[in-house]
Amino acid sequence: MSSPTAVVLAAPGTNRDTDVSFALELAGATPRIVLLTELLADPTVLQHAQMLVVAGGFSYADALGAGRMWSLELSHGVGDALTGFVAAGKPVIGICNGFQVLTRTGLLPGSLGHNQSGHFQCEWVRLEAPQSRCIWTDGLDPIECPIAHGEGRYVHPDVAALSANGQVALRYTGTNPNGSLDDIAGVCDDSGVVLGLMPHPENHVLARQHPRRARGPQPGLGLQLFERGVRHAREM
Amino acid sequence: MASGVRLTIRSKGADPRSGGLVADAHALGLHAVTAIDVADVVFFADDLPQDHLAELEAVLVDPALQTSTWDVPSDGIETALLPGVTDPAAAAIQLAMATVGLPHVEVATGRLFQISGDLSAAEHAAIARRLLANQVIERWAEAPIEPHFIDAAATADRTVDHVAVTTLTEDELQALSRERGLSLDLAELQAIATHYRGVGREPTDVELETLAQTWSEHCSHKTFRARITTPDGSEITPLLKQLRNCTDRIDAPFVVSSFVGNAGIVRYSPGVTLAVKAETHNHPSAIEPFGGSNTGVGGVIRDVMGAAHHPIAVTDILCFGPTDLPADQLPEGVLHPRLIESGVIAGVADYGNKIGLPNVAGAVLYDPGYIANPLVYAGCIGIAADAPELPGPQPGDLVVVIGGRTGRDGLRGATFSSATMDATTGDVAGASVQIGDPIVEKLVIDAMAECHGLYTAVTDCGAGGLSSAVGEMAEGVGADVDVTLAPLKYPGLRPWEIWLSEAQERMVFAVPPDRWAAMQAVCARHGVEVVSLGTFTGDGLLRVRAGDLTVLELDTHFLHDGRPQRSMTAALPAPHRGSVDTPECDDATATLLALLAHPNIASKERVVRRYDHEIRGATAVRPLVGLHHDGHADGVVLAEPTDTHGFAVGIGVNPWFGLADPERMAHAVIDEAIRNVVAVGADPDKVVLLDNFSWGDPRRETTLGELVMAVQGCCDAAEHHVAPFVSGKDSLNNEYLGSDGQRHAVPPTLVITAMAHVPDADVVVTPDLKQAGSVLVQVGDTAVEFAGSHFAKLHPVGTAVVPAPVEGAHDRYRRLHAALASGRVLACHDLSEGGLAVAVAEMAIGGRLGVHLRTLPHPDVTTAWFSESNGRFVVELRPDDVPWFTELVGGPFHVLGDTTALGTFEGPGIATSVDELVAAFRQEATR
Repeated sequence: MSSPTAVVLAAPGTNRDTDVSFALELAGATPRIVLLTELLADPTVLQHAQMLVVAGGFSYADALGAGRMWSLELSHGVGDALTGFVAAGKPVIGICNGFQVLTRTGLLPGSLGHNQSGHFQCEWVRLEAPQSRCIWTDGLDPIECPIAHGEGRYVHPDVAALSANGQVALRYTGTNPNGSLDDIAGVCDDSGVVLGLMPHPENHVLARQHPRRARGPQPGLGLQLFERGVRHAREM
Repeated sequence: MASGVRLTIRSKGADPRSGGLVADAHALGLHAVTAIDVADVVFFADDLPQDHLAELEAVLVDPALQTSTWDVPSDGIETALLPGVTDPAAAAIQLAMATVGLPHVEVATGRLFQISGDLSAAEHAAIARRLLANQVIERWAEAPIEPHFIDAAATADRTVDHVAVTTLTEDELQALSRERGLSLDLAELQAIATHYRGVGREPTDVELETLAQTWSEHCSHKTFRARITTPDGSEITPLLKQLRNCTDRIDAPFVVSSFVGNAGIVRYSPGVTLAVKAETHNHPSAIEPFGGSNTGVGGVIRDVMGAAHHPIAVTDILCFGPTDLPADQLPEGVLHPRLIESGVIAGVADYGNKIGLPNVAGAVLYDPGYIANPLVYAGCIGIAADAPELPGPQPGDLVVVIGGRTGRDGLRGATFSSATMDATTGDVAGASVQIGDPIVEKLVIDAMAECHGLYTAVTDCGAGGLSSAVGEMAEGVGADVDVTLAPLKYPGLRPWEIWLSEAQERMVFAVPPDRWAAMQAVCARHGVEVVSLGTFTGDGLLRVRAGDLTVLELDTHFLHDGRPQRSMTAALPAPHRGSVDTPECDDATATLLALLAHPNIASKERVVRRYDHEIRGATAVRPLVGLHHDGHADGVVLAEPTDTHGFAVGIGVNPWFGLADPERMAHAVIDEAIRNVVAVGADPDKVVLLDNFSWGDPRRETTLGELVMAVQGCCDAAEHHVAPFVSGKDSLNNEYLGSDGQRHAVPPTLVITAMAHVPDADVVVTPDLKQAGSVLVQVGDTAVEFAGSHFAKLHPVGTAVVPAPVEGAHDRYRRLHAALASGRVLACHDLSEGGLAVAVAEMAIGGRLGVHLRTLPHPDVTTAWFSESNGRFVVELRPDDVPWFTELVGGPFHVLGDTTALGTFEGPGIATSVDELVAAFRQEATR
């Protein structure tokens, strides 16, 4: 079967691009890390890709608020190429800082504020995928993976409508780590091909990456999420 | 504002910073404060048209989360950065303005605070001075504050002054050293004067500053290289030589490089090497905790890059005064431990999280000895393909600087860190504080990853800046550089400021001319600034120019070898090693709970969770483990996702042993660091060590004597464990001269970092109990050894000794490793602070399982529970595996009892519940 090309977009300060590339490779894609400057210089890079990943990190040190500078450059530089990519139904995922970027470009609904704790948190969470229109989480078993962020509190003026429209793709179960409304960990766009989420499923793609693996086999590989994205890209 | 506009941005709902500020104000004794509101302020130097204001607001404010106003406030306190302090937020705003097509305007940032509560004007000002503004980098004023903008029109003063030294008397030389903050002693000053009498001229100010930096304790380790005699006249081998000799005698095949260059280098498997290094950043962290610890992390990462390795993890060990110190007991001129703690932790977290490296191992210690002198140790580990060794700079190679721009940051940091602090240090040393920019360093890492084969030498720009980096690289070769070619953060820097600036995130390379274009292309792709300042010449002279004006011309042999060896006297301590009292304890249960709640033993989860320990997906054993991820691991294990093997990192530190018996302390902390890596599954035959000493003023004979004995202990212990030192660093003069005239020195604090190979990353062991019905076995014997113990912090112990080295410990660890490597041992935990009781309690907490101990490993119950003897572990075994284990591991061992599903901790003299253990251990974490 063919291996879809996934552009993994990295801005200055992006730091989980190699982690997500590893996950994509395991899931059957061919990842290619593209620097933001390279994309801005040549937006046609997107035309040759079947998937787009906006990777996590601290783009521009989040100095203007998480993801804002990066989203400005995307909107002003390659806004049309980006909306064209989504309109073509190609899967897009923004993880952590990438999620923050996609909300600020308007591709995803809502905003991400400072965690309720007021600071960065790194801990493992459990995620469940409610019924939604998201192609990345369709029929997903619960995932266990870490969060690593300071601005991950999801807010939206009408979460009930969002949920009713099938756009709530992932919820924290057990503990809500950051005070997100309605325990929302990830949302998708109206078409279901664009997913944004704060947690890092790319850091649980091998059994030995689970923090309790010294206590025996553990559930919840994050790999399944990437496999769904790759499958959708293949079927395009 | 005379002209220009300002935008104030507030969070909708509570700003996350507010709560912490109120708590901090209360800790300073200002209990009347009820609320402190925080807002961010952006200042624009020019008046802007209305449509630009609207566009700016759209860019800078998220209406879902924030509100904003262009109005100028009439009350409150505002802070702004001092002139010359790097303002990354302002730079980001300018970039955003350019992106959306707004014209260039100078920008500055600040904060607005509105304080609620019944406060006098003096109290109001006290909050501003002691809490809201860090006066090392910021100033404050009643709102509205007048911001400083960068003066783009400033011009550089390209002059060079000569400083008369050749004709000065001894007293005049020493006065000169004090006036200019050179931190040089008389013999060193005389060597400089003699050298310049030979040259036939006076030194320039740049030369004098360069010599002071290069010859500083920080850069040249004068004490560790000194000729030391004892009062009876016998001579002691220089300390650094002892450590090197020790590594040479061990002659471990996996050590590639030790005690040369920026980091130790180790090869555990063919084709791959690891670089490891730990540093201190104590003095800067004392006066500007965030910036000090932030750049401490950034600096040690560059050490690993300077060893041509790709950084993969960081570590930190932090020592603070008690955070509940009453405000009236705080020495003058010293920040409250609570503020130092929160600033340091935020600084470590900020750099590591943003640069994208997991912070995997560490410790946090509290002691009154650290009130005025907090200690911040930062470590880094890097990985590299087994490339051929770099040849070093060749004549004709270019002197290339990449990374951050140069500003006035951290001027004279090396000489500052080599001096004793006093009540005015925070005022006078402001320029010594560096400001970090982890994103720039991340880009330099990415660029370096593509620069293999393009350079002949590399080093980082750390203490002493270019003077130290270029000076070191030019040793024996010579170099000719023009400092005015360096990219500057702002204009107006004098040549000596550029040459000595400790601006962060810079690396220096020697680049053959035919590879220069390739290097420029790589840097351009990653958006990293790169510039050639000159060439390595081959004439052995270091020549620094400002354009055509020569400001420094020094023989590199004199620069590096001209410093007279220091002669020092050490009075060796005579710690008690004889008979001991057996301490009493009425209530072992209460003692156990008090120990678990002690700040040094209690959960550090609130710190650990501030650090990303997951990034790179290589953290196989994390700092927090167990059923609910809230028990502490002994060591951590890192394994690249594509590898079957990995390595472990463990820390050993115990200043309380050091106060009583520095030699035994060294043995104990090396034993502890090695136990920590062995306990998680590492091979005790493949261990390397880092030594980091933080000590008081070594010119005091007793202080030096303690250092001498600690180094001796280090060498003996390393040889016993066949674990070579590969790198080390000493930070001396950690003393504070209070306005009371008293000197406050830190306790002797030796931090040992152990790194060891883990042969199978899928067979690792954690300390949390795994199941009910297992058998608990103590490996190793317990003796009556209470000096410096945590039990001794709660109860009198009478005449006591620090735990003695254990004969045969290395063989014991090899046999234990064989058992752990089989995968049959369910849990393993090393015994350290708090002894057996605390260790078993931590295992119970980690697994949320009960224990029932029937037999203790020593006839005296108090000793069995709480003594801190070396060489011990507790393991959890399936009952059927006990004969196998005891045969394989051999003696001494003690079968203690069982694990249970009852949720209770029972044993001779102790009865409590696991819930109570959790509550005691976690009360700080959940506060």
